[in-house]
Amino acid sequence: MVPLWMYLFVAAALFCIGAYGVFARRNAVAILMGIELMLNAVNINLVAFWRYQTPFVMSGQVFAAFVFVVAAAEAAVGLAIIISIYRNRRSVIVEDVDLLKW
Amino acid sequence: MEFNIHSIVFLIFSVITLGGGLGTVTSRNLIHGAVYLIVSLFGVAGLFILLSAPFLAAIQVLVYIGAIAILIIFAVMLTRSMTRMTEIYNRQWSLSLVVSALLFVLLLVGIILPVWGPGTANAALQPSELVATTVDLGVAFVDGNQFVLPFEVASLLLTAAMIGAIVIARDRD
Repeated sequence: MVPLWMYLFVAAALFCIGAYGVFARRNAVAILMGIELMLNAVNINLVAFWRYQTPFVMSGQVFAAFVFVVAAAEAAVGLAIIISIYRNRRSVIVEDVDLLKW
Repeated sequence: MEFNIHSIVFLIFSVITLGGGLGTVTSRNLIHGAVYLIVSLFGVAGLFILLSAPFLAAIQVLVYIGAIAILIIFAVMLTRSMTRMTEIYNRQWSLSLVVSALLFVLLLVGIILPVWGPGTANAALQPSELVATTVDLGVAFVDGNQFVLPFEVASLLLTAAMIGAIVIARDRD
């Protein structure tokens, strides 16, 4: 099989691509997509470590499943907030949402 | 690393995952970005299959591609006037690129290669022939000695998030 560090390499690359999306994009929906990419990179790491280190202790897969649950909740609430902001301010550019900025 | 069918499949799914991710963060039209995101999530599902976690791969396709990606497409369409912006990156995009690349190099040179890379003691680590199955995962979720409490808390979180999303997105009467 492929050595473990190759999975870690792919996961690190995917995490940094997602982080770039979060840092650089202006549209709030695009930022949410970047967050989804980062969560997926974490899941690859969790499952890869589970497979190579402790294949009979289910913690790795269980933790990955909880990441799924949290990602689903985060996407639902995040998109609801974005739609609410769009309804109130006619914009989903995060720089325009500066109500709390001093 | 021997050149067998497993490594070829791994290479294909890695390229799908990373290519989809790059397309997601660089595409100007957000609908295209969402489609690239689906491609990337599909590649991750393939990696889960390679890591002998078929249940997680199925959940990946059902929850991520079937629910979250569709939800994102809904949000893109509901905020229609914003899908074709002239400027898709903010002012700090070059700094963001540097920071992301630095983070990747740091992870690779600082952690992955010294601890698990070729030539280290962990590099010879081979996955076992036998592996726990989906049945074991299901038992772990509902076993009183393992993860039944986090499992119930997760369902509570989903209920709270569902109610919260409805309350936040509802139109004022």
